[in-house]
Amino acid sequence: MDAPALPVTLESPESWQVAGPRLRTATEESTWVRWLLVGSTLLFLTLVLFVPLAAIFAEALRKGWEAYFASFDNANFWAAVRLTFLATGISVPANLIFGVAASWAIAKFDFRGKSLLITLIDLPFAVSPVVSGLIYVLLFGMTGWLGPWLATNDIQIIFAVPGIVLATIFVTFPFVARELIPLMQEQGSEEEQAAISLGANGWQTFFRVTLPNVKWALLYGVILSTARAMGEFGAVSVVSGHIRGKTNTLPLHIEVLYNEYNFVAAFAVASLLTLLALVTLVLKTTLEWRIQRDLEEASRSV
Amino acid sequence: MASLQTQHAVLASKAPQSGSFFDEPGSNVRNSNIPSQKSERQQEQDSTTMSIDVQHISKTFGTFRALDDVSLKINDGELVALLGPSGSGKTTLLRIIAGLEAPDPNPGTSIRFYDEDVSRRAVGERQVGFVFQHYALFRHMTVFENVAFGLRVRHKSTRPSKEEIRDRVERLLSLVQLAQFSKRYPSQLSGGQRQRVALARALAVEPKVLLLDEPFGALDAQVRKGLRAWLRRLHEEIHITSVLVTHDQEEALEVADRVVVMNNSKIEQEGSPDEVFHSAKTQFVMEFLGQVNVFHGRVQRGKATLGDLTVDYPHYSGEHEQPATVYMRPHEFEIRRASNGKPSFPARITRTHSAGAVARVFLETEDAASVLVELPLDEFAQLALQEGETVHLYPKNARVFVPSESQ
Repeated sequence: MDAPALPVTLESPESWQVAGPRLRTATEESTWVRWLLVGSTLLFLTLVLFVPLAAIFAEALRKGWEAYFASFDNANFWAAVRLTFLATGISVPANLIFGVAASWAIAKFDFRGKSLLITLIDLPFAVSPVVSGLIYVLLFGMTGWLGPWLATNDIQIIFAVPGIVLATIFVTFPFVARELIPLMQEQGSEEEQAAISLGANGWQTFFRVTLPNVKWALLYGVILSTARAMGEFGAVSVVSGHIRGKTNTLPLHIEVLYNEYNFVAAFAVASLLTLLALVTLVLKTTLEWRIQRDLEEASRSV
Repeated sequence: MASLQTQHAVLASKAPQSGSFFDEPGSNVRNSNIPSQKSERQQEQDSTTMSIDVQHISKTFGTFRALDDVSLKINDGELVALLGPSGSGKTTLLRIIAGLEAPDPNPGTSIRFYDEDVSRRAVGERQVGFVFQHYALFRHMTVFENVAFGLRVRHKSTRPSKEEIRDRVERLLSLVQLAQFSKRYPSQLSGGQRQRVALARALAVEPKVLLLDEPFGALDAQVRKGLRAWLRRLHEEIHITSVLVTHDQEEALEVADRVVVMNNSKIEQEGSPDEVFHSAKTQFVMEFLGQVNVFHGRVQRGKATLGDLTVDYPHYSGEHEQPATVYMRPHEFEIRRASNGKPSFPARITRTHSAGAVARVFLETEDAASVLVELPLDEFAQLALQEGETVHLYPKNARVFVPSESQ
């Protein structure tokens, strides 16, 4: 049924507007505060982010594209690329398995020492990479605890590929677990309980229920971990020994080139790592959006 | 909690003529209300086999005792409701039956399904269908995949063929009236639809026993009412032994063949909905099921007294006077303006409201106790009660409880 028309006419909205500057609403800051905050943020970002980023490419291309590409035509460069991919290729899968196992244990089970385990996972975030490199030197170096035994058995860890891989694993191991734990905790273990009540065994439950539920967060952790593994400098620098063509990763290779005043080559290689970082950033943003959705869904269904 | 000496007593008055409007001692209201249904169920129970039999179950979480030596038998094809407030242990008992939780290892503890000891079997080996309060659907699978899961994860030797799985899933989806939703994801369904998917998923593995943990707890009242009527019809159709956990007494009384009332980690009372509602054995059951008016009286020499009223209470024949609690249900009163000589007590009407199936009259007695009376609407209209007027209340039935330690 239609409501009877009310004998009221409203004034046109235009007549409400006040001439002169727009007045701020109750939830807004005044104009100059807004400009000050936005302006200072932009200035800061320009100084510490955009200018250095542009400088990398400017320096790399200072002598033209030919000189830029010539920097990659070098055996030591390719050795560094191979080593970087090797270290990443071992450390990322290792941390993937470790991270999934740790977060599965932490999120779905109760046990003694759980908070200690969480603290340990965070340790690499708290420890300086140089210190973590030194720990390995202390352990496996010639004068280290295990050094003499390793020497008699002819096993080389420090100043060799195993040391670099170990150092990379250490600095990147929180990434996967840190991503998974909050999501898995939010999702709870009801779906797993449902799966086992339907007759699924542990592996089936894990691969068909647990893993698909966290796939985006897992991918996110892997990407962060990959980016860090490729870019790690401090810890790797300590254990590598800087043997050209043998134990130099890409970041170490850049350092060597820079120290030799070979700026174009140094910045050209640096630009590769920068591009890698930009790709990571795009992937990360896309994934963050998906994970947010997973989290919202998890909290909504509870 | 202290156990309470409990007895269903029937009001009788000191005046001999007053007995006429009360039931005969020993009988109760239930018999007049629901005659045949109950006895049918009773016969069914007697002739069938035991399906679930749990004995002497205790469960401790840290220092909290969730279950304290609980034993329960459930008949084949029965729908039993475990009813109680939160923290009463009902969900823990259900999870122990399912095998999702292990009871404390005490001698005498046993869990048997159809005379088979299953206490050492994992949940997946017990052939139970478990329905969770928050559905626990696999969020990354379609409705179809969810229902098919239990069949797909079977070992090759017992796994049905693809066609059989598809047929069975489709049959189950039409049973729960969701055939057209098979390609949807759980997030695209309403709460009620999700719970029906969960039910279909649990039934897909052809369980011997269906266990439902507050299945309608997360749904709004309207959907809940529809679903529980539907669940009852479904049970009539497939007759699977079912245990339903709920804190909603209305739900338990409406759906279940038998209600097991739990409180403080123990079973307070079990029986048909009529039994537990109309002849509550403990004070807790009396208060938990339906509304009650509570009065404080005294017992002495086989009689309980409350003002002018006297109730036979043969369980206490001592000389020493004891305090007693007297319960009267809101619908077990008669309201009269003038006294007719029978025992009654006067009360002043503070508020009335008749927007509902029954009219509710709120009153206050002389000693400031508040009383709620429910009247049929026509009777209410006939009386034309006014707020503020004083009337006489005639209880039709009363139950007396005396704390046992004071005997």
